[in-house]
Amino acid sequence: MNWWLRLIRRRELERKLDAELRFHFERQVADNIRDGMSEAEARRSARLKFGGLEEVKEDCREARGTLWAESTLQDLRLALRGLRRSPGFTLTALCTLALGIGANTAIFTLIDAFLLRTLPVHDPQSIEQIHINGGAHFGISGNENQLSYAVWDQIRRHQQGFSGVFAWGEGETHIGTGATERQAHGLWVSGPMFSTLGIAPVRGHFFTLADDRPGCGIPGAVLSYSFWQSEFGGRDSAVGTTILIHDHPTQIIGVTPPRFSGLVADHRFDIAVPLCSMTSYSPSAEALRRSDISFLTVMGRLKPGWTLAQAASQLASISPAIFEATVPTGYDASSHTHYKKSRLSAYPAASGVSTMSQSDKASLWLLLAITGLVLLIACANLANLMLVRATTREREMAVRAAIGASRFRLIRQLFTEGLVIAIAGALLGLSAANVFAKGILLLVTTADYTPYLDLSPDWRILGFTAAVAVLTCLIFGLVPAFRGSQTDPGDALKAGTRGMTGGRQRASLQNTLVVSQIAISLVLLIGAALFVQSFWNLITLNPGFREKGIILASVDFSHVAMPRERTMPFLHSLLEQIRSIPQVESAATTTHTPLDGSSWTLGVRAGPVNSSSKFTWVSPDYFRTMGTPMLGGRDFTAHDTATSAPVAIVNQTFVREILKGADPIGQTVLTRAEPNYPATLYEIVGVVGDSKYAGLRETIPPQAFAPALQSNAGAAGPGGKVFVRSSAKPESVISAVRRKLSEVSPNIRSSYDIFESDVHNGLIIERLMAILSGFFGALAAVLAAIGLYGVTSYAVAARTNEIGIRLALGATPRGVTRSIVRRASYVVFLGAGLGVVLAIAAARYASSLLFGLRYNDPITFLAASAFLLIVACVASWAPAHRASRLDPMTALRYE
Amino acid sequence: MRFNSPSNPSPKSDIPQGTLDLLILQVTALGPIHGYAIAQRLQQVSKDVLQVQQGSLYPALHRLENRGYLAAEWKESETGREAKFYRLTAKGRTQLKNETANWSRLAEAVGLVLQLGEGGAM
Repeated sequence: MNWWLRLIRRRELERKLDAELRFHFERQVADNIRDGMSEAEARRSARLKFGGLEEVKEDCREARGTLWAESTLQDLRLALRGLRRSPGFTLTALCTLALGIGANTAIFTLIDAFLLRTLPVHDPQSIEQIHINGGAHFGISGNENQLSYAVWDQIRRHQQGFSGVFAWGEGETHIGTGATERQAHGLWVSGPMFSTLGIAPVRGHFFTLADDRPGCGIPGAVLSYSFWQSEFGGRDSAVGTTILIHDHPTQIIGVTPPRFSGLVADHRFDIAVPLCSMTSYSPSAEALRRSDISFLTVMGRLKPGWTLAQAASQLASISPAIFEATVPTGYDASSHTHYKKSRLSAYPAASGVSTMSQSDKASLWLLLAITGLVLLIACANLANLMLVRATTREREMAVRAAIGASRFRLIRQLFTEGLVIAIAGALLGLSAANVFAKGILLLVTTADYTPYLDLSPDWRILGFTAAVAVLTCLIFGLVPAFRGSQTDPGDALKAGTRGMTGGRQRASLQNTLVVSQIAISLVLLIGAALFVQSFWNLITLNPGFREKGIILASVDFSHVAMPRERTMPFLHSLLEQIRSIPQVESAATTTHTPLDGSSWTLGVRAGPVNSSSKFTWVSPDYFRTMGTPMLGGRDFTAHDTATSAPVAIVNQTFVREILKGADPIGQTVLTRAEPNYPATLYEIVGVVGDSKYAGLRETIPPQAFAPALQSNAGAAGPGGKVFVRSSAKPESVISAVRRKLSEVSPNIRSSYDIFESDVHNGLIIERLMAILSGFFGALAAVLAAIGLYGVTSYAVAARTNEIGIRLALGATPRGVTRSIVRRASYVVFLGAGLGVVLAIAAARYASSLLFGLRYNDPITFLAASAFLLIVACVASWAPAHRASRLDPMTALRYE
Repeated sequence: MRFNSPSNPSPKSDIPQGTLDLLILQVTALGPIHGYAIAQRLQQVSKDVLQVQQGSLYPALHRLENRGYLAAEWKESETGREAKFYRLTAKGRTQLKNETANWSRLAEAVGLVLQLGEGGAM
């Protein structure tokens, strides 16, 4: 018979075993009677000769060789029955596991998706990025690691360490026309990009080196897999057809594989076109001509046999020649010297490019640390739960040992129970991880930013967290089995659940666990309080303007034919139209949107001071629209035109730092020349209050404003930003503006943002940190409270007799409560003290993420500690109060 | 090892396990036989010298059956009750031969050693 057949026919086997042994026994009895014994004596003698029936049976089962499988099923049944019988324990354990495992997996999955996962390309480890050592701080750039087309062209010619180099830049575009027109994420790519990455097209083919020459026209477009699916339903016929990209017919030549979505972790491209075709899509193609516009990310694949350091030093050695050859025109001599000092280097880019700031990355890692601590508390909680459960089962174990269960068998049964909980918890954790990760993404998604991330859970971290939790379950679940081997079952039966020595050992273990739980949860609570307060400081901060009630209209009239010098007057005529709308209280144009992270800086000289200031060109009424107070002098008027004398308005920081506090009105400021921005002498005519510029967290820089009509015509494109203030509903204002603009010309495109939401969206990471740290802090407090409650309840249960005697001898209920709470408070205060020390040490590392308070802010520490103490009080008072209500007689009889 | 055993040493069989297996195989070689009869036979043949605790006979029988040395079937016994009869298989017969040879070699060797000891005392 196969072992599994035996397993299935277990019942029959059991019956036969019983019959066989009984046959033997009965025969022995019969023989004994025949030998002259009385029946009772015959049975006694037979029993002595045979030994314990159950024991023999167990030995026979073992000999059968299927015991392990049989008893595993039995253990499983027992475990499930046991867990069903204590739903409170099971539920708490499962929730604890699900939260601990789920939170860690989710956060790590996010970190992995954002920062760690390698590109889905051939041998990603040999992909490197080339950029200026220390980042570029010159001219116009998307980010400091981008390079200009001229520099890229030089690198391509002179580099030696890479078997292939390529460049790419991101750009928003639109496809289709008229009613079917829609936005698309575009990618400018140099010819050999896909072949260097080593990815193969799923349909059609990719660009080649031949598509990488100036004047290439429009060689075609490569679609991303997801765009191919959504736009063309994944049809084969898509390749070869022509679509309208940026109003130019473009043939689709290929499709990238599904997993490749570009080289930025959280971005997804739709369409890639060759860099050389830029001149065909936008005739001026300034970006290709000007070496002070950096918009390309340059990457390469290391040659076999070359190290990153060798490639980097080769790049450094050719840098002087490269930057000498690409000096941008239109800047002054000192700018040129600064530019020529740039040095190229190579950096690992196996994971692609990250758009996250250092502090955002730090926030993510900090979240992982937080969830790690939550896992630690969760494990302590599990350990405690297991211990408490174990004590209540000591008697059961003793009974089972006494009737012949082997110690191995007992250990295995507890092991099975731990395993059942752990596996169920891990499964729950997996689904919790999915929910968490999606929830977090929802928290960071805004109208303007949708992260495209592959959030399939990371098996390594799931495995790791599950292993930690499972080990916790098992180790502490097995304690009673090991303890059981030390005590004689008889003693354990007599002593019931209250062996004094064991009790004390266990109590100290439990107290240690609770102390660490309280300490860690206080750390988390303090962290949560710091982040929540920091977020609160940011959203209640006065930025120097009133963001509420402002709509930001972006107007594009590139499809309205007009000579370049007419664009600025045309924008002003549109502004007049918008102002004529009844709901509009005021409106103004500007070249800069505060807090969007962008920046425009010009060198300035005021008397002896050489410095730099932010420069923004605005129309009259800008400060009234923004709600920024005029502190002196006058606003711009309709008389400040291109032909009148240049005038400027500066902020308080400008007055303080550049004018050294002198009366600003009537002072003059000379700007340093830049392409399209010739050196200009401005007379200061007004002062405005300080307002935040690129972001809320920064210190306010010196700012200067000049009349929009006085800006160089060459610098202005066919469009602009209009800020509209209105107390009416944003939707109605937007549709009124849209209607007005289309009355002027149907070819004007416009898009709208609600400035207040934009400002709040800029705080997305801070909000995420506040919400998540708050959530985990509260969770930690709850877990610690459960732990304390469990330990106190256990202590009360263990002392029921003693409490009964005390009450019988005249102790007051209040006295009983007090003595129990006092004992618990030792644990709480020890844990809280430890927690404060740990929190001071830990918060130091988070101090750069905080705003408006110091990492050791005493009030925050006090508030968090007080909160935890109150929670702890309630958790220990409840069982203490119950104890004081004991009926002395019941308590004394309690056994 | 059992929870309840350390204080009272096991009164089980004095003969080592392998020996019990050998004896069972030998007894079953004579024809199908049930457990109780095997116990009786062992006691009679060894003239009550070998103390086999009857309980420990059954795990050994089940083990041998499991290894394929014995086959079992339920038949009516001499008293008319159904009993489980064990029969030596071909595999069991080979095993018995090997074990017997082993045992003889061992016994011979032990005998030689003991003789040598007597010689040394002379």
